Amino acid sequence: MADVIMDVRNLKKNFGPNQILKGINFKAYRGEVVCIIGASGSGKSTLLRCMNLLEIPTSGEIYFEGVNILDRSVDPMRLTTKMGMVFQQFNLFNNLTVLQNCVLGQTVVLKRPRNEARRTAMEYLEKVGMAQFINARPHQLSGGQKQRVAIARALSMEPDTLLFDEPTSALDPEMVGEVLKVIVSLAKTGLTMLVVTHEMDFAREVASRVVFMDGGVIAEENTPDVIFNNPKNDRTRAFLTRVLRKN
Amino acid sequence: MGYFIVNKYPEFLRGAGVTLLISITGTVVGFLIGLLIGVVRTIPMRTTDSKIKTAFLRVVKFILQAYIEIFRGTPMMVQAMVIYYGIASLFHVSMNQLFAGFFIVSVNTGAYMAEIVRGGIESVDRGQFEAAHTMGIRHGQTMRHIILPQAIRNILPAIGNEFVINIKDTSVLSVISVTELFFASNSIAGTYMAYFQTMIITCAVYFVLTFTVTRILRMVERKLDGPSNYAILNDSAISENAMEEGGV
Ligand SMILES: Nc1ncnc2c1ncn2[C@@H]1O[C@H](COP(=O)(O)OP(=O)(O)OP(=O)(O)O)[C@@H](O)[C@H]1O
Ligand SMILES: [Mg+2]
Repeated sequence: MADVIMDVRNLKKNFGPNQILKGINFKAYRGEVVCIIGASGSGKSTLLRCMNLLEIPTSGEIYFEGVNILDRSVDPMRLTTKMGMVFQQFNLFNNLTVLQNCVLGQTVVLKRPRNEARRTAMEYLEKVGMAQFINARPHQLSGGQKQRVAIARALSMEPDTLLFDEPTSALDPEMVGEVLKVIVSLAKTGLTMLVVTHEMDFAREVASRVVFMDGGVIAEENTPDVIFNNPKNDRTRAFLTRVLRKN
Repeated sequence: MGYFIVNKYPEFLRGAGVTLLISITGTVVGFLIGLLIGVVRTIPMRTTDSKIKTAFLRVVKFILQAYIEIFRGTPMMVQAMVIYYGIASLFHVSMNQLFAGFFIVSVNTGAYMAEIVRGGIESVDRGQFEAAHTMGIRHGQTMRHIILPQAIRNILPAIGNEFVINIKDTSVLSVISVTELFFASNSIAGTYMAYFQTMIITCAVYFVLTFTVTRILRMVERKLDGPSNYAILNDSAISENAMEEGGV
């Protein structure tokens, strides 16, 4: 656990006049599963998007595997390859089949030979239970199936870290389970995962650490046991009471 | 009218041939210009990029924007005159009329296509760009493999529209004596003083051209949409299929 894979220091992000992230300090260790929870608008997505440079932070530093990814001399595309992302809206490539979705990045970015890329893709498609659907196109799949393909696509790049931004929020309730099951199975493989989620049971079950965000700062972070059973911060307590009552 | 059809059809056909040739070339070249500009104009400018790259991109984008505005904002007939006579008086060479025709229609169409392509690119949801970015796929590759195939499919009707407009609008090239359909008809009409009959025939020929082109494009669209079903594979088919079909 001593191996720091992600180190975010005093990260700030403004959108116009609004400061959305107000100085985030955050470390993730190799093999950890960190669940990020918090109210809507607290900046969870923005934090994740800064980590893989979908948003350029206003100030601060982000070290990923020891390299400051905001350094101008660092090629950002190189780094994001080691960091996969799974989106709430799946974002599959709509013109490609399921298999092609999982092959493209490998051949174009990692320069893997086609056959090897297909084998790797099949391996992960099987893992998420989508091997039967390799010739389907995204619009022919259900939400849960799309999200499982999206996970296989990210895994096919064999990243060290996988970021999930509310991977089940756009799904019908009966499909949430199939996707969470896949993510739980990944948690055991040693992959570092940062998961923004509203699924508190999931966080309680798989997280090695839970981060509670509130108004652009990390208000509290601790083991799931402490966060859910004995939170130190009043705002954490208020938030949990609110969301747990809803369920 | 029968007299003209029977005796003058080679002139009409030759004119129609020139019209079709110029409008096809113009549409294809214009489309390629539009694609290139569309891709360049959507290159993201990041604050982490070097100053030189950012400045260079700014200048290029400005020039492209100026090109689009100027060619969309002035009539093609006037552009034809300015380019054709302008080059003649500046360099004391007279351009081959047919070449001038290709050039003017292409450059003019390019300006429209650039906007059409940009619209097509923007019609593909941002999420797919973002997914490509997180996989480390660069702008050019993202465009080539993911965005443009979808964008082009979406703008096919608009491209067809440009083609049809070009078939009709090449008639303005008669001002620089390109022997396209309208120029040919006009000379026949003038010689025989039979404007009504000749122009009716000309109308019919234009209509046949545009109608045929429209049908062909519709067919291409349907072809591009691909099959609407997929087969769910059983275990033995999975491994074979993965190695043979559906490659990128
Ligand atoms: N591109 C943008 N421009 C301006 N404001 C933005 C932009 N993206 C996000 N915001 C604002 O930043 C704030 C935080 O957004 P963010 O998406 O990070 O919240 P979140 O914690 O992920 O919320 P949710 O749980 O609803 O997904 C919001 O108030 C949002 O309106
Ligand atoms: Mg969010």
